[in-house]
Amino acid sequence: MKRQLVAITAALLFNCTQAQVTFNQILDPSDQPQNWLSYSRTLNNQRHSPLKQIDTTNVADLELAWVWQAKSLEKFEATPLVVDGVLYTVQAPNDVIALDAASGRIFWTYHHEPAPSRTCCGRVNRGLAILGNTLFMGTVDSHLLAIDARSGSLLWDTVVADAGANYSITMPPMIVRDKVYIGTAGGDINIRGFVAAYDTTTGKELWKRHTIPGPGEPGNESWSGDSWKVGGAAIWNAGAFDEQANLVYWGTGNPAPDWDGRSRLGDNLWSDSVIALDADTGAMKWAYQFTPHDELDYDSTQVPVLADIEWKGAQRKVMLWANRNGLMYVLDRLTGEFLLGKPYVEVNWMTGFTPEGKPIRAPGMLPSAQGTLIKPHVHGAINWAPPSYSPTTGLFYVAHWENSGIIAIEGQFPQAIATNKRQTTMGDVALEPFFNNDDEARGVIRAYNPQTLEPVWAFELGNITWGGVLSTDGNLVFGGNKDGYFVALDARTGELLWKASLGGQVNSGPMSYSVDGKQYIAVAAGSGLFVFTTTEK
Amino acid sequence: MRKALLPAALTLATLLVYPLTSFGQHATGADLFSGEQVYQNLCANCHGLDGGLVPNVDLGHGVFRQPYTDAQLVTVILKGIANTPMPANPSMSEEQAQLVVDYLRSRAVSSSGELSGDTLRGRALFEGRGDCRSCHMVAGTGSPLGPDLSRVGDTRSAAELTQSLRAPNALVQPNQRSYSVTTTDGTTVSGRLMNRDAFSVQLLDANGKLRSFQLSNVRSHRFADSPMPALGADWSDQDIADVVTYLTSLRAPAQGAKP
Repeated sequence: MKRQLVAITAALLFNCTQAQVTFNQILDPSDQPQNWLSYSRTLNNQRHSPLKQIDTTNVADLELAWVWQAKSLEKFEATPLVVDGVLYTVQAPNDVIALDAASGRIFWTYHHEPAPSRTCCGRVNRGLAILGNTLFMGTVDSHLLAIDARSGSLLWDTVVADAGANYSITMPPMIVRDKVYIGTAGGDINIRGFVAAYDTTTGKELWKRHTIPGPGEPGNESWSGDSWKVGGAAIWNAGAFDEQANLVYWGTGNPAPDWDGRSRLGDNLWSDSVIALDADTGAMKWAYQFTPHDELDYDSTQVPVLADIEWKGAQRKVMLWANRNGLMYVLDRLTGEFLLGKPYVEVNWMTGFTPEGKPIRAPGMLPSAQGTLIKPHVHGAINWAPPSYSPTTGLFYVAHWENSGIIAIEGQFPQAIATNKRQTTMGDVALEPFFNNDDEARGVIRAYNPQTLEPVWAFELGNITWGGVLSTDGNLVFGGNKDGYFVALDARTGELLWKASLGGQVNSGPMSYSVDGKQYIAVAAGSGLFVFTTTEK
Repeated sequence: MRKALLPAALTLATLLVYPLTSFGQHATGADLFSGEQVYQNLCANCHGLDGGLVPNVDLGHGVFRQPYTDAQLVTVILKGIANTPMPANPSMSEEQAQLVVDYLRSRAVSSSGELSGDTLRGRALFEGRGDCRSCHMVAGTGSPLGPDLSRVGDTRSAAELTQSLRAPNALVQPNQRSYSVTTTDGTTVSGRLMNRDAFSVQLLDANGKLRSFQLSNVRSHRFADSPMPALGADWSDQDIADVVTYLTSLRAPAQGAKP
């Protein structure tokens, strides 16, 4: 009996040890067009699919392939991963789901019951990471979990931070070689932000980098008193990786308290910034602050988009950044050098940049006792939703908001303009009526020339959006909004080619994959994951 | 069964009375009761109600002439053993024979579940001699193919675990059933059933790969025996008790405890 058992199990063990996803595949998935192996498909966050079976000529025939409904009343913000026909996503707050990517039928569910925790904006999750046969997920009670991608079994569970002290995790982890990186939310409620690296096999912490320098470190002097201890600057959204520089990048959140800077005088480094860290050690190589001494909650936690573009006659490795503060940037991602910045929506809090790239404050555009109209809104021009960059068209695609502003009152929560307090509401699951006039916030998908940051085309969405965009080699751009519309646009012109009404708000970044040679487009809306494909006619 | 025990009429009546739908894969308490009834009507006259009347055979404690698999026991019941008093039972269905096997396996478990076990020795047996982690996972170590046992002590009793070790097919949890699919091109794939519906089947196959089959591409599909081997006579009751004690110690961390 024992011999029989050993013979059976040895054969099984041999097969089970085969790795599913290698880091080289994550880093360069060019031979994996069918798969989506990280949050934005590539670690440069271009969120661009090389698939082109669905293109401008047949996208009008796009039909629903399947829907998967989450058992959750939270916003569905996760972008799925797809590995060779298996789709992995998160049912908020922290259930991991494995589905057949062709039919939507379920393989397994891993349930995590989070301990009580405080989150600013919903018990949500934006997605997973994968390496080998292991999925990684951060939880709203600040654990980092490793889960077997084949069976849904828990492999390890590491406590990242104390959920009782307002730390929570909503971001997708990132993998670089044998490390998995995660940060926490909580920057609105008196934490000190950080990002940490963990061993993918054991879950052991390898290094931890606070975003706010401690005493004796450069930048600590930019915080008055002890404000640095609880100054926020949380890392709560996806990061990026550049292999040549061996740098990992994340945007950082607002300084705390959000709307009252009187207790934290100074620039508050490195809140509202992008930081570049050595991927192996966590040593800070460079940082750039988008909004010094922010008093309007202009989190800079947007997804960094890395692209290699022509810049003044030479190829340059840049970082493209459409910021919540209403400004769009091009930075040199190897050095952090400020190359270009300009408003992409109406901005009145700054008038220009110093030669070093520091924004020049507009006189009087600060919170005041009587209230000051500041643009953009406290919700900004964009929040966390992912943009895309198409190497095919060379354009940077961003879904964002326009015409939003806020009355900033010293020491108080900002007040909405006039009577329309709901003009820029948070994302939600269900649809809600939209009443804004043309002077109030609206949503738009725009294509930008990364060399000039000038818009090339725009598609008006009507209502604002908390959804991201996807571009494909089929010369298509996909995006959606709070009205529950999901649209396909010509990536070169912005022409509307197809639309679907999904019956729930689009709060996620779309993605694409293929199974058995058939291309699919997926997007989460409401409580469902909707997957479309074309049928041969 | 030293002689022909019951007239054919009684056998026919038995066939009509007892349900025919149960295999070991789905054995329930009702199935075991049915198996007991068949045993008492057809077997107990020779073997005794406690299964110990035939020399060198103790059906009540899992002792047979040799360590039979379930399938082999079904064959013995149906066809008898040549040159011994054990007769064939040509009027008994295979399903009924399986019910008897399930009942006997459960009897063996109940009677061996009284020993106290040693957790450390049980763990050593689990990880060493039994090589159980080549199919099962405990606390992140092992294989995903079989059920994850990391918290099995929260959901299964010692008696149930003992039964699963001695007679894996006697009572299989619904989410741990095995299934086999043969596609229209003749390929057969077996594995742990993850899900099934009117149009498709999802498995974790023996290679650790998640597979989904559209029934339009499937020739046949069925529940299958568990690949878990029954631990036979070379595993003493004490060995089993030790492994079971270790398994029952595998529980979720206490509320508030660090993992």
